[in-house]
Amino acid sequence: MSAPARDLGPIIGPGHTFETVTDKIAAVVLSETRRGWMLGFGVSFVLLTIFLQCVAVLLVRGIGIWGINIPVGWGFDIINFVWWIGIGHAGTLISAILLLFRQTWRTSINRFAEAMTLFAVACAGLYPILHLGRPWLFYWLLPYPNAMGMWPNFRSPLMWDVFAVSTYATVSALFWFVGLIPDLATLRDRSTSKVGRIIYGILAMGWRGSARHWNRYETAYLLLAGLSTPLVVSVHSVVSFDFAVGIIPGWHATIFPPYFVAGAIYAGFAMVLTLTIPLRVYYGLEDFITMRHINYMARVMLATGLVVAYGYMMEIFMAWYSGNPFESFMVENRLTGPYRTLYFALILTNVIIPQLLWFQRVRTNIPLLFMVAMSINIGMWLERYVIIVVSLHRDFLPSSWGMYAGTIYDYGTFIGTIGLFLTLLFLFIRLLPMISIFEMRTLLPEAKVKEKHA
Amino acid sequence: MTARVPLYGLMAEFADVNHLVAAIRKLRQMGYRRMDAYTPFPVEEVWEELGVHRNMVSFLVFCGGLTGALFGIGLQYWTSVIDYPINVGGRPLFSIPAFVPVTFECTVLFAALTAVLGMLALNGLPAPYHPVFNVPRFALASRDRFFLCVEATDPLFDREGTRRVLESLSPVSVAEVSD
Repeated sequence: MSAPARDLGPIIGPGHTFETVTDKIAAVVLSETRRGWMLGFGVSFVLLTIFLQCVAVLLVRGIGIWGINIPVGWGFDIINFVWWIGIGHAGTLISAILLLFRQTWRTSINRFAEAMTLFAVACAGLYPILHLGRPWLFYWLLPYPNAMGMWPNFRSPLMWDVFAVSTYATVSALFWFVGLIPDLATLRDRSTSKVGRIIYGILAMGWRGSARHWNRYETAYLLLAGLSTPLVVSVHSVVSFDFAVGIIPGWHATIFPPYFVAGAIYAGFAMVLTLTIPLRVYYGLEDFITMRHINYMARVMLATGLVVAYGYMMEIFMAWYSGNPFESFMVENRLTGPYRTLYFALILTNVIIPQLLWFQRVRTNIPLLFMVAMSINIGMWLERYVIIVVSLHRDFLPSSWGMYAGTIYDYGTFIGTIGLFLTLLFLFIRLLPMISIFEMRTLLPEAKVKEKHA
Repeated sequence: MTARVPLYGLMAEFADVNHLVAAIRKLRQMGYRRMDAYTPFPVEEVWEELGVHRNMVSFLVFCGGLTGALFGIGLQYWTSVIDYPINVGGRPLFSIPAFVPVTFECTVLFAALTAVLGMLALNGLPAPYHPVFNVPRFALASRDRFFLCVEATDPLFDREGTRRVLESLSPVSVAEVSD
């Protein structure tokens, strides 16, 4: 494994050995609970209860409590579904694609980003299920032999979604868990409490670091990375098919799959930065998540952000070039219609502000970078709002036009899933190593065998 | 020390990976074959010295992926063409382009499950008990130390002789692993 150390500083702080790396990362889990963590977890949990209340009302009263109506049948729930699932993508990108490209800087952030993926996908998956109206019948989506003698329609993009999202969630969980096994063994061996030793011991499944085991482990891990890579692309492409296969102007576009995938990675990296920046300071992990990592993530955001900006341009260009009057009207309605403020807010937060990332000085300025990342988080949400609501509210027939606004339950559910996401994340940070310990060890110079082979 | 408990092997602890690699090479040259190294992270050179090269994982994953692809396309063919055909505007019942996403997802899902379960099964995990855990210092194998265990089943194994050999390889310590 090569460790490029050019001009951006190291990928791991100086003076570390196997012991210090192991102990420092394991200490976050094995030490006493800190007050700041308690506070953060408490706030997240309060937000989570908002979610539970909104879902309870939904189950009693039905989806009429949401703002969706007849021209705009997809509202906050699908906006949030696409937003959350997009956020998840950076995790798999970091862990799988960068692993295949031998980018060693991924090591410090991959575990954390994969956890973020899992929790984001969990939040995303709730929305389509809740949107069903009778969520307890969600299993009707699955192909199982039933008394009605019916099968789901495999020609429907919504059916593809079921397969894509559930496969994505399963494979992400497998990838994450396989990466955790050697670190669970470390925690088992380092834990001072009996309960910890038993629980981590069960989860580590008797891992002992045997050379033969490592050999198979590395093959399996690499293959999982290879399998996850096309999966990332396919999942968000399938999500984009939900729109692109329809005939609504503003949805029916061949640019959608690549543009959605780039947007997902853009949103995901923004979220990784949003979460990493406070965490590395709070837990003193600046040696492991260095300025170099932050700088690289900012560059990935800049690159994917430009692809997204290209997508916005292409939507406008194709509307003009196709000569289709409905497409032209869609663009005109976006730019000058009732939701124009949101469109311009989208362009500001997602295209204009991120151009600051061209400057090295911004990429290394933590507070400024945090604000850019927040701007992208908001911008990507607005993007989904514009695609869904603005396209639906005025389609072919003026007689079927309408307006849409989220209700208090829409906002409550959205805030609630943020609470769910943060609650899971806080538990993860407290209970599992947030940086891959065994992979950090391989980055140290002592990990290399020095002598030449005869 | 003289109490003869059933012996699994002798285990030497090394402070760094170079000593471990040198020790394995030395023992291999002497003719020892039944041994295993325990490291805190994967080390390719250790596999080479131990003669661990190929494994079955890739082949299993290929088979798993193929099964997934056949399952995916078979499921869609059977449900949409044979069991529950719906004629939508005269479109073909076996609509291959529409069936690509689900087939792909099934391929990946089956392959990934095979990769994880196959790796665990070939490694014999979960393993609730293994003799090497009887050595108290073995807990450091998941932190910063490198262990080499020569198993008692090796034809060349000799409690005193093998211990002398291991001690000549500059280990931190040599311990008996009770079975």
